[in-house]
Amino acid sequence: MENLQALTEEALAKIEQSNDLAALDQIRVEYLGKKGSISALLKTLGKLSPEERPKAGEQINIAKGTVAQAISAKKEAMEQALIAAKLASETIDVSLDGRRAERGGLHPVTRTLRRIEAIFSAAGYGVAEGPEIEDDFHNFEALNIPAHHPARAMHDTFYISPSEVLRTHTSPVQIRTMETQEPPIRVICPGRVYRCDSDLTHTPMFHQVEGLAIDKKMSFADLKGTVDQFLKAFFEADVPVRFRPSYFPFTEPSAEVDIQCTHCGGEGCRICKNTGWLEVMGCGMVHPNVFNSCGIDTEKYSGFAFGMGVERLAMLRYGVNDLRLFFENDLDFLQQF
Amino acid sequence: MKFSESWLREWVQPQVETAELVEQLTMAGLEVDAVESVAGEFSGVVVGLIKEAEQHPDADKLRVCQVEGPNGESFQVVCGAPNARVGLKAPFAMIGAVLPGNFKIKKAKLRGVESFGMLCGQTELEAGDDDSGLWELAADAPVGEDLRAYLSLDDKIIEVDLTPNRADCLGLKGIAREVGVLNRCDVSAPQIETVAPATDSKIAVTLKAPQACPRYLGRVVEGVDLSKPSPLWLQEKLRRSDVRPIDAVVDVTNYVLLELGQPMHAFDLNKISGGIQVRMAEQGEALTLLDEQEIKLNDDTLVIADDKQALAAAGIMGGLSSSVTAGTQNLLLEAAYFDPIAIAGRARNYGLHTDSSHRFERGVDYNLAAQAMERATGLIIEICGGQAGPVVVAEDQANLPTQSTVTLRKKRIESGLGFAIPDADVIEILNRLGLEQLDCDEQGWTFKAPSYRFDIAIEEDLLEELARIYGYNKLPTTTNFVPQKLPSKSESQKSIDELSAQLVARDYREVITYSFIDPALQQRFFADDAAVNLLNPISADLSVMRTSLIPGLVQTCANNLKRQHSRIRLFERGLRFVPGDQGLAQVDGLAGLICGERYNASWHGGKEPVDFYDIKGDLESLLAVSELSFGFEAEQGLKHMHPGQCASILSGGEKIGYVGALHPELAKAVGLKKAAFVFELDLKPVLQSKVPAYQNISRYPEVERDLAFLAPVQTPASTMLAAIQTVAGENLKQLKVFDIYSGEGIDSERKSIAFNLTFQHSSRTLNEDEVNAAVDAVISKLEGEFDATLR
Repeated sequence: MENLQALTEEALAKIEQSNDLAALDQIRVEYLGKKGSISALLKTLGKLSPEERPKAGEQINIAKGTVAQAISAKKEAMEQALIAAKLASETIDVSLDGRRAERGGLHPVTRTLRRIEAIFSAAGYGVAEGPEIEDDFHNFEALNIPAHHPARAMHDTFYISPSEVLRTHTSPVQIRTMETQEPPIRVICPGRVYRCDSDLTHTPMFHQVEGLAIDKKMSFADLKGTVDQFLKAFFEADVPVRFRPSYFPFTEPSAEVDIQCTHCGGEGCRICKNTGWLEVMGCGMVHPNVFNSCGIDTEKYSGFAFGMGVERLAMLRYGVNDLRLFFENDLDFLQQF
Repeated sequence: MKFSESWLREWVQPQVETAELVEQLTMAGLEVDAVESVAGEFSGVVVGLIKEAEQHPDADKLRVCQVEGPNGESFQVVCGAPNARVGLKAPFAMIGAVLPGNFKIKKAKLRGVESFGMLCGQTELEAGDDDSGLWELAADAPVGEDLRAYLSLDDKIIEVDLTPNRADCLGLKGIAREVGVLNRCDVSAPQIETVAPATDSKIAVTLKAPQACPRYLGRVVEGVDLSKPSPLWLQEKLRRSDVRPIDAVVDVTNYVLLELGQPMHAFDLNKISGGIQVRMAEQGEALTLLDEQEIKLNDDTLVIADDKQALAAAGIMGGLSSSVTAGTQNLLLEAAYFDPIAIAGRARNYGLHTDSSHRFERGVDYNLAAQAMERATGLIIEICGGQAGPVVVAEDQANLPTQSTVTLRKKRIESGLGFAIPDADVIEILNRLGLEQLDCDEQGWTFKAPSYRFDIAIEEDLLEELARIYGYNKLPTTTNFVPQKLPSKSESQKSIDELSAQLVARDYREVITYSFIDPALQQRFFADDAAVNLLNPISADLSVMRTSLIPGLVQTCANNLKRQHSRIRLFERGLRFVPGDQGLAQVDGLAGLICGERYNASWHGGKEPVDFYDIKGDLESLLAVSELSFGFEAEQGLKHMHPGQCASILSGGEKIGYVGALHPELAKAVGLKKAAFVFELDLKPVLQSKVPAYQNISRYPEVERDLAFLAPVQTPASTMLAAIQTVAGENLKQLKVFDIYSGEGIDSERKSIAFNLTFQHSSRTLNEDEVNAAVDAVISKLEGEFDATLR
């Protein structure tokens, strides 16, 4: 018993100096194992008096506990060190690029169309599409543009045959919608349109979104409100909007819509040709002749229509300064959207 | 329509400055395109008279002139203009004058000769485009008078871009009327005196096409002297409307066109044989026009003819043979009404567009001819002398337009415009516009539209007039456009947005190419297929409607490769135009193209080029959006595709598209230096989907088996997979190919193909025998059907 203190100190010193798990286990066997030197002291308890025995036993057990705890603590420390070493060896340069597929993107015209569609969808407008090779009736006649109407000259039409054209606007989709649906109607018609014109500011193909709303008691005031709110929503700005009388065969009254120049704020600049205003849309109340050709009762219903050039809006919104870029499809251009 | 502001203000005197006047016009629907000063900013320039012009002693091209200025005083001026000659009157900038650009005129010495001022050309004063020499002023120009005052140069030219419905404003009279309405002030038209006939000379007029020309006025004027030019005031008005002065008669007819809006024509009476016939042209009839162009007329064209031949294309242009020339003494003046429908499009058919056809196509006031005739006769006699005969009027009342009667209901004003305009305003606006009130009651009014407003026929037209004059921007704006019902949206109908999102997520970039392509490109891709041609393409290389989106993608790829992009991944959505037995199909489709490296160059490699399985994987991920199943089968029938690397895409047994490598020879021919892989498919079947239907989840263990076979190298995996499906039983939950090997250690005619089969029962644990039986069935099926052997 007299050497319990010495054995304990000796064990603790060995534990302290051990540097791997095997050595530590060796120490455990040497002192705490069945034949270990501290365990062996328990066998000497029988030589003690019954009064001394409990106390001596307790001291041995305390010593065993102390050593066992030291072993366990050392073992824990060694394992932690091993993990830390392993983690350190696994350190990589996290600033390098990840392994990935890149992300592509939508064409800016599509992106603009989506934005327009989203704004009108929220106001209950559906989206309708239609053929791009149209018959004369849907592209012209039904829209109150009879043969020889001067407005036909404004359209620079591509012909497939004397009675079939590449649609010059998406208005024929409105006609097709009115032919198949009963009012109330709220629809926008996005898509490609074609005009036989090509220069700095015209491409022979471009995109339009036209809208149509038919209901009881639709007035010019409703048209103004819709257009005004749309433009403010599209440009995300409280931009001043003005309506100018104009002429479209399929609407009466008709209006051109200007917004205050987004570039100069109305001061006058190159973009707005010093007028302070930018023409962005055409609109009007649906002409009774159009309703008549689609079988809609003009005494019961009224409606309005509007139309806009998508490239024009995209150019204003994204600051694109050359229309032709949209159809050159240069990746350096497309990747900016 | 271009006109000078001072001319307008002769007719109507609103108390507004130029800027406000222009704003008023634009906001009333007469869009002002441009406002220009008649001349630049300058001062100190007078009318000078060259009294002497001597050669400069030391310079071949200079002359030393003595120029008379104000108060008879003479000044020595050195001048280099080729037309500096004695007797010429020209603008004279005196010492102290300031020319445009703040250029100050000082005493100067040119090659040793003193010069006191400068003689000017039009461009130096920014008053015209003629830069050939000095501005030659009229012989009667008052010497010494300030040039600005003499020519009324403190004036603006206003250009109005008119919509086709506003033919009434294609004359100054109409513009003045509008300005009067907008400012609620009266219009003071110049007094037009009736010229009493001084002779009995006249010519017979026959209307042979009364529908096209129901009214024709002709008048003979004899003994005119065309040697004198038109007076300055007339020339200046024409010049400011962009009309070149020619001779007094032509100038007067042009003046009447600009002033009243009535196109007129003057014939040389002596060159007319017999009477005038207004008739349709014979098919192929020849006519040499004033511009010396000979045209072959179509029989839809109205002509003015004499007893022998066509003299003029009615309402478009006069003919050369009967034209007024310097020696003309006797005239036949024409003022007519031609039906817009008879004129529309005809000028265009001959490649022409004239001031006259522009107006007649849109509609000229059919009651204007008589007034215009008197105006023109009066001015011609005033300038050229001569004696007028009586006005011959040929008319067919039945074919003349009638003035429309339009009812306007008060409640329509409110329901249409969202606003009630006071009755007094309604009546004043419409009266000033020339509408005559015929009737009125509690509900509203009835008006008669004026003969110059072809665009007023129905109630809505009056609403527009009211709104326009009242001001669109003063009308109310409402925002109560709430939809009445929620839109129905089908869950089994996918949108193009979902498909493009999938492609974008896989690094595809959307492009938009023209729907018409180069026929040579079309031919190269689809030599055997019919395509739709444009009758009037914008250029030869954009003249055939695409039957596929692929050529556009390939061309875009080639262009970008040229711009040093080495890795290209594109898609496009759009219609393709396919002629067929059932007529033309306009098929909504989606196509993609990949070319170059699989990934962008990076530290982790990935520089290997894309192959068939890259694009097929992308396509499969795209088709997965639909949630329906699609099949693939080898496709060798497409000549523009690689015969060994192309598959048709099947939906319910129908081919809906294809995927594969572009034919290497074609790729080379169109300038692709790398292999390109494409897909094209019809959108409609891919947008179909289904609403998910829940199946119970099995809680029992899965059993997996891997089976590797040696099979003939040509055997498609898909047929082996299909065969396995038929025999593996209903417990086969999943089946896939997990390894393919051919090469060393294997017969060159054979390949190793390994399948992974997963079995599971929905309500119990499968036992070993069941699985073994299924596997045995698979083995014997493949061995029997495909000459395969288990490895």
